[in-house]
Amino acid sequence: MSESDRDDGPSRRKVLECMTWVGTGVLWTVAGGVPHSLGIMGEAAAAEAKGLTFLQISDSHVGFDKPANPNALGTLEEAIAKVNAQPQKPAFMIHTGDISHLSLDSQFDDADRIISQARLDVHYVPGEHDFLDADRKLYLQRYGRGTKGAGWYSFDANGVHFVGLVNVFDLKGGGMGDLGAKQLEWLEDDLKGRSASTPIVLFAHIPLWTIYPEWGWGTDDSAQALTYLKRFGSVTVLNGHIHQVMQKVEGNVTFHTARSTAFPQPAPGQGPSPGPMKVPDDQLRKMLGIANVTFKQNEQRLAIIDSPLKS
Amino acid sequence: MSVAKSQSNTMRSALVAAALGAATAGLLAAVVLPGFAQTTPQPAAGAIAIDNFTFTPQTLTVKAGTTVTWTNRDDIPHGIASDNNAFAKSKALDTDDSYSFTFTTPGTYKYFCYVHPHMTGTIVVEPNG
Repeated sequence: MSESDRDDGPSRRKVLECMTWVGTGVLWTVAGGVPHSLGIMGEAAAAEAKGLTFLQISDSHVGFDKPANPNALGTLEEAIAKVNAQPQKPAFMIHTGDISHLSLDSQFDDADRIISQARLDVHYVPGEHDFLDADRKLYLQRYGRGTKGAGWYSFDANGVHFVGLVNVFDLKGGGMGDLGAKQLEWLEDDLKGRSASTPIVLFAHIPLWTIYPEWGWGTDDSAQALTYLKRFGSVTVLNGHIHQVMQKVEGNVTFHTARSTAFPQPAPGQGPSPGPMKVPDDQLRKMLGIANVTFKQNEQRLAIIDSPLKS
Repeated sequence: MSVAKSQSNTMRSALVAAALGAATAGLLAAVVLPGFAQTTPQPAAGAIAIDNFTFTPQTLTVKAGTTVTWTNRDDIPHGIASDNNAFAKSKALDTDDSYSFTFTTPGTYKYFCYVHPHMTGTIVVEPNG
């Protein structure tokens, strides 16, 4: 391996390859908009970036009604209203799991009713709260069409390769999130033969980097998954689960977690447990929200802008 | 799912256990007071609280034949699963829901929360008498 291929940054060759692609222009705005190319980042940004726009929401926990937020359905509705209020419409949304709180049919129904008001295609991955029905089949019945295993899949949009992974199925005692050998094998195969200049977006519920193992905030076998991504010039990993924004950049990989639309959780180790955190009513909406992700021209990394429901 | 029989809420299992207790030994107190139950001939009961993503006590030692009841005191659902499927998995336990299982065979049973698998606990079942 040459000096320039090490993890501390992309090689010059890789950057150039990615720049070639960036030249086609991509703007991710995870807050909404029409799939024409302009606007949300202002005139200057709009002039240099165009193409794909998508949005991430996460952890809607429909059915949650405890003190931390007695009306999680209501705040999901506010999040979708925020999407609809954007001047542009994104090409699609991703939802990074915990759609429901208890995997009840009625909770999935309510979530679908609200989320569909954005009139966007939604690419889901499940959270652990979406596999709580006894047979663990409701999630896959609703959202699993065309997926493999416990619901993993990939798709392409405007030259970007998206991979939705499942790390909340059949978890092992004492462990954290888990992808499993079968899914890892599929992922390796899925990425094989793709050009290193293809921007990759991986999304999954539990973070694919270890944030706080004492609370299970990580994925046991994520390092294996990331070895398959080393040769790619631009990799973005989008997760939920921890109900707060965190970001880390490691070489060619940007890791990012999104806010919940339901309730906040404490910063790692800053509470007695990772459970729902009750904050003063006027603070709640500052801690819930959605995320804007922008791929600016001449930059290898996605710029991610998180938007709270209220600032 | 096959575990439906072993699912019950606290009240129900307490009533069933109480009926059993009254019928067999007449020791109602043994059923109602878990601490007392552990030192009393069966039927016996053991209790595990789930609070702040922790099982308390972390290790519970009981005599064979004891019914162990987990109760979720968190604002988030949890679920009980045995490490090696040695006993039936619970359904998802919402706030204040309980799950009971009667351990008849001596041994060490490691379990975890299948929603948050970093949460673990152990039940040691000792031979009766």
